[in-house]
Amino acid sequence: MTEPARESASPAKKKARAPRKAKAPARPRKVTTTLRVNGEDHEVAFLPHKTLLEVLREDLGLTGTKHGCELGECGTCTVVVDGEPMLSCLLLAVECDGREITTVEGLSTAQGPHPLQRAFADLNAAQCGYCTPGFLCASKALLDRDPSPSRDTIREELAGNLCRCTGYGKIYEAVERAAAVMRGEPVPPVPGIDPASPTGEVARGC
Amino acid sequence: MMRLPVFRYLAPKSSAEAVRMLSTEGPTAAVVAGGTDLYPNMKRRQVSVRTLVSLRRLAALRGAQAGPDGAWRIGAGTSLMALERDRRLAAERPALHAAVKSISTPVLRTMGTIGGNVLLDTRCNYYDQNFEWRRAVNHCLKCTGDTCWTAPGSDRCWAVNSSDSVPVLIAMGAVARLEGPAGVREVPVESLYRDDGIAWLTKAKDELLTELVLPPPDGWRSHYGKLRRRGTFDFPVLGVATALRLDGDRVAEARIVLNGVGSAPLRAKEAEAFVVGKRVDAETAKQAGELAFKPAKPLDNTDFENAWRKKMVKVYVRDGLLAAARA
Ligand SMILES: Cc1cc2nc3c(=O)[nH]c(=O)nc-3n(C[C@H](O)[C@H](O)[C@H](O)COP(=O)(O)OP(=O)(O)OC[C@H]3O[C@@H](n4cnc5c(N)ncnc54)[C@H](O)[C@@H]3O)c2cc1C
Ligand code: FES
Ligand code: FES
Repeated sequence: MTEPARESASPAKKKARAPRKAKAPARPRKVTTTLRVNGEDHEVAFLPHKTLLEVLREDLGLTGTKHGCELGECGTCTVVVDGEPMLSCLLLAVECDGREITTVEGLSTAQGPHPLQRAFADLNAAQCGYCTPGFLCASKALLDRDPSPSRDTIREELAGNLCRCTGYGKIYEAVERAAAVMRGEPVPPVPGIDPASPTGEVARGC
Repeated sequence: MMRLPVFRYLAPKSSAEAVRMLSTEGPTAAVVAGGTDLYPNMKRRQVSVRTLVSLRRLAALRGAQAGPDGAWRIGAGTSLMALERDRRLAAERPALHAAVKSISTPVLRTMGTIGGNVLLDTRCNYYDQNFEWRRAVNHCLKCTGDTCWTAPGSDRCWAVNSSDSVPVLIAMGAVARLEGPAGVREVPVESLYRDDGIAWLTKAKDELLTELVLPPPDGWRSHYGKLRRRGTFDFPVLGVATALRLDGDRVAEARIVLNGVGSAPLRAKEAEAFVVGKRVDAETAKQAGELAFKPAKPLDNTDFENAWRKKMVKVYVRDGLLAAARA
């Protein structure tokens, strides 16, 4: 046999009928590992078949990383691992020890949101927002590698992230705006947005 | 959530240890490199893996080097993104570089490897579905059922070889280095495949693909053309690699390899023989396209209408020959 063995016809049923007390050797054992997420070490115990996405959301409570297709087909689960964008739905958490993981929660600092977050908010580059954490992480990896990407490069590098709402134009503009801010260049004001406010909100009198 | 099934996780430190583990664990053990093909298949319960043997610690499998004669040795564990960023590969093997760059998406290429691409599972609209979908149609031949839903009258599986790198590797005469319990053997990449959607590889389950060797270019020039619906994400609905060795302005040797139209990559041998001795002009390329059209038999199990996909063989072979001659 050269191909992986076939799954039995109804694993779901079989699993449901299996006695609760499985034989000792078959019972999966948790692994304990230190994951470095957003600059902090977390000692965490999880089953070895869990993906990084599942461990981030379920064991570390970091629900900023979204789950979409969970098959590599949408990009919303993108995080940054050792400077590269990775799909957390197709990465085993057990393979992430010793690696530097950045999720959307790790983008902002005490000084305020990351220029990408700010630009996405200022330009309305999110509608439902479900794709946004993935776009932010993929864009962060891109800008850390290439501070002045062309529109074509941005389009190519973000080609693994789907957005079902915006039509992408605003997202590309936001990445360009954030890149300019990160290079220290002035950016045009956005009507209704207060550039001095850390969140961009315009102060209103009551 | 689409969760992975429970498995035992092993991370060997050498290829010999990996082979030993695969042999001891038997047919329900699987190698994982980038996991971008295997994990979706496991999540959809298409394959059952009890033990996962990860190549993560095998640094020796990563990296690509060109020799002074222009031959290349590419470790099976090299990521597609590393190959894409390799400027020398882009300059010396533009067709392979283009094929690699056309695979999936940038983030998937960062994770996926060339070895995984060469050994990619065959694909079919009736197979690449979640468990509930497949149960609703009563499963297919490739996965526990007894009918091929693509061709219910047939007694075989017609799932399609959809790897982008494979046609170019075959057109370049690449060799695969396999390490198994009985030792190391080198086989042409072309002989890795069988025209059978279920048993599509000739490689034994406990053999590890360690390296791909590209012979020196020796005057060969090549091109890769890919047909798909979107400019990203999608597998090739048709992939055509064309390679020519010219003698003056005439073709001395030709290789034309089609993928996405059968369970194994297909050599268009009649078209290859036809162009030998000729100049590659528009008319020769067109006639070669007609000849390659005949053996291509796409079925209705990927994207697009199959009659149109077959028609596109003419166009892609014609354009590919002209592009290879110019390369
Ligand atoms: C959304 C999406 C789009 C995609 N689009 C494309 C596309 O356009 N074109 C394309 O060609 N592919 C595509 N792929 C498939 C896949 O991403 C690539 O083929 C990738 O190169 C697979 O490599 P991997 O390292 O992730 O393989 P894995 O998933 O790790 O392995 C694939 C298979 O090869 C075996 N294997 C891997 N390495 C070895 C080794 N060294 N020795 C022995 N066995 C090994 C595994 O056991 C498994 O059966 C796509 C995948 C997704 C999810
Ligand atoms: S959830 Fe990971 S790619 Fe869609
Ligand atoms: S904002 Fe809704 S998917 Fe992108």
